[in-house]
Formats: sequence, structure tokens, C-alpha cells
Amino acid sequence: MSATNRKLNKAALHTLLIVLAFITLIPYAWLIIASLKGQDDFFSGIFFPPGEGFLGIGWDKLTLNNYRALFDLGFEVNLINSIFYSAATALFATFICAATGFVIAKHHFRGRNFITLVVLGALIVPPTLLLAPGYELLYDLGLLDTVWGLLLPLLAPAFGVFLFRQAVIQSVPDELLEAARIDGCSEWSIFFVVVLPLLRPMIGAFMLITFLGMWNNFISPQIVLQTADKQPLSVAIAQLRGVYKTDYGLLTAATVVSVLPVAALFLLLQKQFISGLTTGAVKG
Amino acid sequence: MSAKVIDRNRVLFSWAMLTPFLLLFAIFVVYPLIQSAFLAANQTFGPGTRTFVGTKNFQLLLADPVFWKSIGNTFIYALGSLFIQLPLAFALALALNSSKLRGKGIYRLIFFSPQLMGLVFVSILGALAFEKRAGLVNQAIAFITRNEKFLEIDWLQQHVMATLILISLWLYVGFNMIYFLAALQSVDKSLMEAAEIDGAGPLGKLRHVIYPSVKPVATFVILLSMIGSLQLFELPYILLESSGGPDNRGLTIVMYLYQNGFDLGDLGYASAIGWVLALILIALALVQIKMTRAQEVNA
Repeated sequence: MSATNRKLNKAALHTLLIVLAFITLIPYAWLIIASLKGQDDFFSGIFFPPGEGFLGIGWDKLTLNNYRALFDLGFEVNLINSIFYSAATALFATFICAATGFVIAKHHFRGRNFITLVVLGALIVPPTLLLAPGYELLYDLGLLDTVWGLLLPLLAPAFGVFLFRQAVIQSVPDELLEAARIDGCSEWSIFFVVVLPLLRPMIGAFMLITFLGMWNNFISPQIVLQTADKQPLSVAIAQLRGVYKTDYGLLTAATVVSVLPVAALFLLLQKQFISGLTTGAVKG
Repeated sequence: MSAKVIDRNRVLFSWAMLTPFLLLFAIFVVYPLIQSAFLAANQTFGPGTRTFVGTKNFQLLLADPVFWKSIGNTFIYALGSLFIQLPLAFALALALNSSKLRGKGIYRLIFFSPQLMGLVFVSILGALAFEKRAGLVNQAIAFITRNEKFLEIDWLQQHVMATLILISLWLYVGFNMIYFLAALQSVDKSLMEAAEIDGAGPLGKLRHVIYPSVKPVATFVILLSMIGSLQLFELPYILLESSGGPDNRGLTIVMYLYQNGFDLGDLGYASAIGWVLALILIALALVQIKMTRAQEVNA
């Protein structure tokens, strides 16, 4: 291939990528600008409302009223709920999965193979199959419309145990555990002082995945919780759409408020997230 | 300490560590799983009201045109993922894989970013963007074509399957691209050079070097994407405001499960739907395992 040809190819590739990047990014711009528009301006101009200001844009027509209206409706309660549910799930599920994964990877006791088999088998159970019987169970236990009913079923994901089992096998050598035992470490301090630090990359990735998973979880809270004050953002925003279907400003503002915290978290912890995402894949 | 005491200590430790998981897993996974089999043989009017009906739920299901409609819709969506979304993701990964490309990290972040929004919030954004008149999509089409009549395209009601597939492209192409990109980076560089020396063109390299080494990840991504697609719920549920749309043209299997179990209160019928879906998914997983095995034998 000649040099000019190569340059042309490269230019074409860049143009294509820029166009695609543009298409990916436009909805965000539209979303943010829409959340700052008044209801009348939705039908005049795709993005900014036209006006007399700089670049022919009616800057003075932009307003924070949508956000005010949103918080007047008590949307901050749902925001706090989402933060609490996601953080609690991430923390407890990570700890439970790390402990279980470690024990079935490194400890020898009767029943270990059976438990490992059950965990692996549970990976193929589709969560949708458990919706109806899970709902009936929560009803029998009196846990419907409670925080416990929402969180407890989500704290023991077989997938997490599997990931931590793999991580332990890969990054915790037997010799290290033996050495710690000879030095007089108890089994508990071995787990907390020796093993957990070695698992830090997996802990970070799994916490992040679980946090995001819970933040975006819709079907569990939709089924379990009825009281509006207990709903996380995902359910609250869907209900908001049911009531204020044509209030585009309010709905876009609610979407911005729901997505912003997670986007910020991701940009802070990008590396862990991508590595966590592909952990299962590269080996798979 | 004698060896026996140490042994007992270790076993105690093991079980203490396992207890939280085993308890939660037994109560919230194993027990409901067993119950779902019993529930599928019952009719209920809300929780706690079982009437035994035997295999009637499955008989009704097989004769239920709405159920077949939901299966059809779900498979159309899944095929859209398979034949549109994944090839695009792979092409994008190939484009980004060239080592000399500037701004690779930025592109990767941009294409991946919709995934961060989460399905529910993407659904809300999609519902607003595909709205008649005020929505981004119709306004953009009308602006580009200079034709006001395109403002009236009724995406959400009339063309809901197309809308679902378009939104899923925006949401998942970059996500799947990440997997393909990781796989491409593991392609042996010396093999690529050897192929080049042997005079292989871009297509030859793709077929004989890249394809074999990407295949395991590709089968994994295909399986993951099929499993996800067949359980599609939030997107159509929010776009269509919990209905199936006109003539149920946007109804998916899990939506129908939800409608029966939680809108109508028949957890038995819902469980029967759940089992049919589970069997489809397990069959898919078995096919994938078979294919992977065959690859390993060939290799």
C-alpha cells in the first residue's frame, strides 16, 4: 500500500469514528439542554431555544425551574434511597462472596465439592425464573414493602462467589497461607490481613459492578416496594413518567439527577471497572 | 495445639465463613427455585392462594397466542442483537485496535459510556428522544430532510420493535466492543507478521489469524448477548408504559410473565412462563458448551 493510500485510509477511519462518537454523544447534550428548557421551548429548535443572545441562542430562556420542581416533588428522597441500597448491597455482597469464594477455593472440608457444584449450577438459573416464587416467599415472610425484602435476596449472588473463587485460585498462593499459619496467625486474621489485600483488584471491581447493578435495578424494587418514600430512582422515575408524561423538562431533569452520580463514580474508578468487566471474559 | 484441634478449628472457620452465603442462598435461591416448579402446577389470585391445576398452565401457554406473540417479538429483538449489534461491535473493535490510532482511549470511553446510564434511565431517555414532535430523533430527521412530516413518525407505538433495536444499538455496541477489543489485543503479533510476510491481505488475516483467536470470546459474547436479549424487560416496559403496545407488538416474554404474575396475580402462570424461558436459555447454554468443546478438540 502506498503512503498516500495509507493516509487516506487513516483519514477515513478517523472521520468514521468521529461521526460515530458524535452520534453517541448527541443524546447526552440533548438531555442536559432539554432539562434546562421551559415547556414552550420544546417545539422550537432541537437543542437550544432560538433567541437574541450569543450565537442566536436564547440563553435567557434557560432555567433551573425543572430541577426546582423535581425537588419540590421530593425526588431527593429517592436519590438517598438509591445511594443507600446500592452501597449496602455492594458492601455486603462483596464481603459474603469474598468469604465464600476463599473458603471453597482453599479450605478442605466435607461438603466442599457439593457446595462448589451448587454454586456453579446456580449460574445457569435465570433470575426471571425466581421472580414469582420469590415474591410469594417475601409475602409469606412478611417482607414485602420492606428494605430487608429488597436487599436480602440480592446479597448472595452465585456469580460473585464464582468470580472470587477464580481470583483466589489465581492470586493467593498456598505457600503464603501455610507461612502465615506457621507464624501463628489465626484463620480469621489470615483472611482479613493476608487474603483480602491480595484480592483488592477483584474487590474494587466487584463492588463497583454490584453498586451499578443495584443503582440500575428496576424489577426488584418495582415488585418488592410499594411505598413511594422507599422507592429508588429507577422506579421513581418510571412512575414520574406515568404521571407527567409530557413534562419533558421535568423528566429530563430527573434523568440527569439519576445518572450524574454514577457517571462521576465511573470516571473516578474507570480502570477497575473495565478490568472487572472483562475478568470473566478473557479467561472464559 | 494438637493437629486435631487445629483441624477442628479450620473446619469451624470454614463453616462460619460459609454460613451467611449458605443461609441466604438456601432461602432466596434454592427454596424459590423448588417452589417455582410447584407454582407452575398451580393457579393463584395473588400470593398465598394456590389452586392445583396440574399441567393446565403449560397446556394453556402452548395455545396462548399472546405468549407466542411475545416469543416472536423477543426473538426478533435477539436476532437484531446477533446480526446487527454484535457485527457492529466487532467492526468498531477492529477499527479501534490499530495500534497507531490516536485518541483510542477517548473513543473507547465515548462508545462505552451509554452503558453507564443504566437500562432504566436509557429507557426514559429513549422514550423522550423517540417522542413525536418534541423528540430528538424526529426533530433531527425533519431538520436533515427539511420535511416537517417526519415529526409525526410514531416510533413508540407503531414501530416499537425498530425503536427497541435502535436504542439497544446505542446502549450495547460499545459495551460488546470492549470484550472484542480485549480479545483482539490477545491476538499473537508474530502470527500477524508471519501472515503479512506470507502475503495475506486484510481479509486473509481476518479469516486465518484474527478469527480463530477471537472465536472463544465471540461465542462467549454471543451467549451473553442472547441470554440478555431473551430476558428483555425494562426497555419495552418503560417505552410502552407497562402495556404491550398496540396488538402487543412490543410485548416480550418477561413482560408477559410480569403482566400475568404481578398485574393479574397469577404467579402460577407466570412461573410456567418462567420455566419455558429457562429451558430456552439452558438449551442455548448447552449448545454453546458443545461448540466450545468441539473447538477445544479441534485445536
